[in-house]
Amino acid sequence: MMLLKSFLGIDIYTQNMSESLKFLIVGMLGIFAVIGIIILVTMLINKVFSGKK
Amino acid sequence: MDILQNFDFLLQGLKEFSWQHAVMWLIGGLLIFLAVRFDMEPTLLLPMGFGTILVNIPLSGAITQLIEGKEREGALSTLFDAGIANELFPLILFIGIGAMIDFGPLLSNPKLMIFGAAAQFGIFFTLFVASFFFPHIQEAASIGVIGAADGPTAIVVANGLLGPKNEITGAIMVAAYSYMALVPIIQPPVIKLLTTKKERLIRMPYSPKSVSKLTKILFPIVITAIAGIVAPESVSLVGFLMFGNLIRECGVLNSLSDTAQNVLANLITIFLGITIACRMTAAEFLRPRTLLILGLGLFAFIFDTAFGVVFAKFINIFLPKGKKINPMIGAAGISAFPMSGRVVHKMGLKEDPQNFLLMHSIGVNVSGQIASVIAGGLILGYFDPIA
Repeated sequence: MMLLKSFLGIDIYTQNMSESLKFLIVGMLGIFAVIGIIILVTMLINKVFSGKK
Repeated sequence: MDILQNFDFLLQGLKEFSWQHAVMWLIGGLLIFLAVRFDMEPTLLLPMGFGTILVNIPLSGAITQLIEGKEREGALSTLFDAGIANELFPLILFIGIGAMIDFGPLLSNPKLMIFGAAAQFGIFFTLFVASFFFPHIQEAASIGVIGAADGPTAIVVANGLLGPKNEITGAIMVAAYSYMALVPIIQPPVIKLLTTKKERLIRMPYSPKSVSKLTKILFPIVITAIAGIVAPESVSLVGFLMFGNLIRECGVLNSLSDTAQNVLANLITIFLGITIACRMTAAEFLRPRTLLILGLGLFAFIFDTAFGVVFAKFINIFLPKGKKINPMIGAAGISAFPMSGRVVHKMGLKEDPQNFLLMHSIGVNVSGQIASVIAGGLILGYFDPIA
């Protein structure tokens, strides 16, 4: 476990830095991708079923 | 003296009373004060505040206590195990929330959903920052989800990654629900800091396209399927939310819809609010880590708001004059529905009494509800539970 103690005495951990940074990018891309798909599908549904009750 | 010793049992509570209990009583009182005096999410803050006082009475019978080596079960602990430890209460509440949501404004302009996605940035960025302060990345992920401004999602993710009895779960739940109530205080300064007067004055006329009933019925089913395939762990969250919406939109279950929106939602909110306080005992809550979690939760909230606004400004670069977006609506992409949408609308009216942003901001707000649940599902799918 990589642990640095700052001069303020707060424990700072760096072992998860690369994984969390990776997930920051992956997560944002993922959420945009999923929402993008939902937008396209919604527009398609709107187009196909517009005006029909 | 012997006679007085017979009354010792009446003083047990007083003997156990400490300054920590007093501090927690003050915190509980503050939550009640905010609820009653300022009408800040009273449905959540008042039960939480009173529950905080209940569980911080020394030797309180409301929670499970170990008394002279024997376990004495408390009602709130029983309720916690029955409804929060297994995520049942937040999921049932989602049925009620889904029944309350009208996706019409969003369906007439589905592109608004992109702002819901953008406003989840705070979750992921806070996860990154929190990973420096907590040894386990699951803890950082659970704290990041506070930024979703969505109590049920925060509970489900924290329980899923950390387990219900983890020592930071309580602080996460309290932060998530408290910050939801503080949306009208937190968001406006952030929005004003990131926008110019000219940008806040941008008008967005609302010309709704007709949305068929079939579209409104298909939407919750399709969303559940898509979100479920991409993030199977989010099926319970998305599914219960969309089930509630389907009950509303199908048109043949009006009494169920009415029950879900009112009786069910209120009932579960009562239990949820007072039961979350189980995790607000002085021993659990009054620790430096709690302050750190509250601080990081606020950080997540602020960055959700900020990125939503900044993203809207970015989109405006590519839009022609006359079709610009008022960047304030980007801030409504957090999941605090409908509070955030209303806050943005009020800010718009304050700048220009003829600028009605409500339908746009509410559309973005409901998309934030969907996006936050999907973000929670992505987190649950990506990280393994803590060992």
